Amino acid sequence: MTPAGERMTLNLGPQHPATHGVLRIVIESDGEVVAACTPDHGYLHRSIEKIGECVEWPLFVPYTDRVDYVCAMNANLAYCVAVEKLLNTSAATAVQVPLRAECIRVLVAELNRISSHLIGVGAMAMDLGAYTPFMHGIAQRELVNDIFERLCGQRLTYNYVTIGGVGFDLYAGAEAEITRFFEQFEREMVRFNKLITTSTILRDRCAGVAPINAAEAVAWGLVGPNLRASGVDWDLRRDEPYGIYGQLGVRVPVGQAFAGKNGVVGDCFDRYLVRLLEIQESVRLCREVLKMLPPPADKPTDPVGGFQADVKRLLVKPPKGEVHCRTEAPRGEMGYYIVSDGTKVPYRVRVRTGSFTAAGIFHKVMRNIFLADVVAVIGSFDVVVPEIDR
Amino acid sequence: MTALAPDVLTERVRGLAPAIEAQVSENGQAWLLVPARDLVLVCSHLRDHKDLAFDSLMDLTGYDLSRYPSSPRNDAIAVVYLLHSLRHRHKLTLKVYAPRADCVVPTVSGVWPAALYFEREVWDLLGVRFADHPSLRRIMCPDDWVGHPLRKDYLYPAEYQGVSHERDGQRFEHGPRRVGDPDPAPPTAAPKGDRG
Repeated sequence: MTPAGERMTLNLGPQHPATHGVLRIVIESDGEVVAACTPDHGYLHRSIEKIGECVEWPLFVPYTDRVDYVCAMNANLAYCVAVEKLLNTSAATAVQVPLRAECIRVLVAELNRISSHLIGVGAMAMDLGAYTPFMHGIAQRELVNDIFERLCGQRLTYNYVTIGGVGFDLYAGAEAEITRFFEQFEREMVRFNKLITTSTILRDRCAGVAPINAAEAVAWGLVGPNLRASGVDWDLRRDEPYGIYGQLGVRVPVGQAFAGKNGVVGDCFDRYLVRLLEIQESVRLCREVLKMLPPPADKPTDPVGGFQADVKRLLVKPPKGEVHCRTEAPRGEMGYYIVSDGTKVPYRVRVRTGSFTAAGIFHKVMRNIFLADVVAVIGSFDVVVPEIDR
Repeated sequence: MTALAPDVLTERVRGLAPAIEAQVSENGQAWLLVPARDLVLVCSHLRDHKDLAFDSLMDLTGYDLSRYPSSPRNDAIAVVYLLHSLRHRHKLTLKVYAPRADCVVPTVSGVWPAALYFEREVWDLLGVRFADHPSLRRIMCPDDWVGHPLRKDYLYPAEYQGVSHERDGQRFEHGPRRVGDPDPAPPTAAPKGDRG
């Protein structure tokens, strides 16, 4: 800390437990109030977009895991859906993902959304001083990771969704295990909510802090739960459906000043609660999908019961041109803008992530709030630094 | 909520400035080429007109055209604006060509504040300067980094601050060019009808 007249410059991060990774924010404080702040990014930059121009189309999938490792399934899915959209722009390379693979994709994407949101809300509570809920969230996340480990051998970076389908079929007994998981998970969430969501301390800490109205949220490019918390009724799974989401009738929770009399639409508590409501919706979606899951076929490429379309031939020469495709990841829209020059290596892979624009609004909302609320604001946006820096 | 059909939308936007060209990419994606001087005017109109109402900037990015086969502009960086209207639920893609010799495009951060960060990233990785941007600094790379990595002629540096980037046996098959590597052959025009 260095005194500069009445003001102090304070470095929050890059190595700070409450900044969710290596996020650095230079805060100019006026007593206990934040007068101005400047986020400093790039500590976790791994040039993922440049790597995209150096590896073949299917070999980029493991790198998408690292775009957002808290929800690697959704990150895999976003890239694969985008490449499939590119392939489908030409009749010669059109690819049809088998129905069973589409169902498995929704299953793993929603399970990963649940575990990602558990980290989000748990870590936010932890940043505000309530350590126990985080451990409850982590315990449930471990169970999801167990399912994923049995599915693809990995617990964090799955490399499971592939272009044209998924890497492996469901293991024997997966449906029963997922169903059992949800039964205990719902009981556990009741406990979780009793422990922290209904806590007056959390609510009063977050009510009315750093509210963002709907017009601001849209203009500043907020996406996903952060956008919905501001009262904007928009979810790509429902409004721009990809895969089989169009048949599932996704219900979209939006922020409504949940914190009560001190709450404002789009405040930290709304961002917190919208995530919890999305977890409930994800559980419902998974159950719907389990009902419509077709039985496995003998051939992996079977259009109904298979898990992987045959895309090896197509990926040697995808159509020349470009495509923009966005999907709903836990941290909001994950948009791929990909350009192909007709070779087996992408010409340009652009990833637009939810945390990047969420970080873009930091300097605006973290002004004239208490220093202690800064961690509440960071936590409520659920930013994941690898997604900002890529 | 009335989403305009893509061709209606194209005609509406082309009416704003005579120099706007309607284009279609090789795989059938429609986009509009906007001259840099008209960009801010066009964007403000797109956002403010009640029938268009492009309130959301989905993404702002770019790519280097120099090695793109049969590219009309091998001397330019394409800056891409992906717009969406939450009110009407229609979309539009704009592109601006920034010539490498004078790589400047006006900022649209006054229209959509989300562009503040997007433009910093495009500056950092592609070297397009955005005129009148309030804080155009690097965002991904360190401030003293040399070059703009996503340009196709970018040379992979041997070291940064005395730390070598070389690792034995670690090299991409289609990897970036490093200092000392030979210059690859310039792109050749793809034969006609070659659409993959």
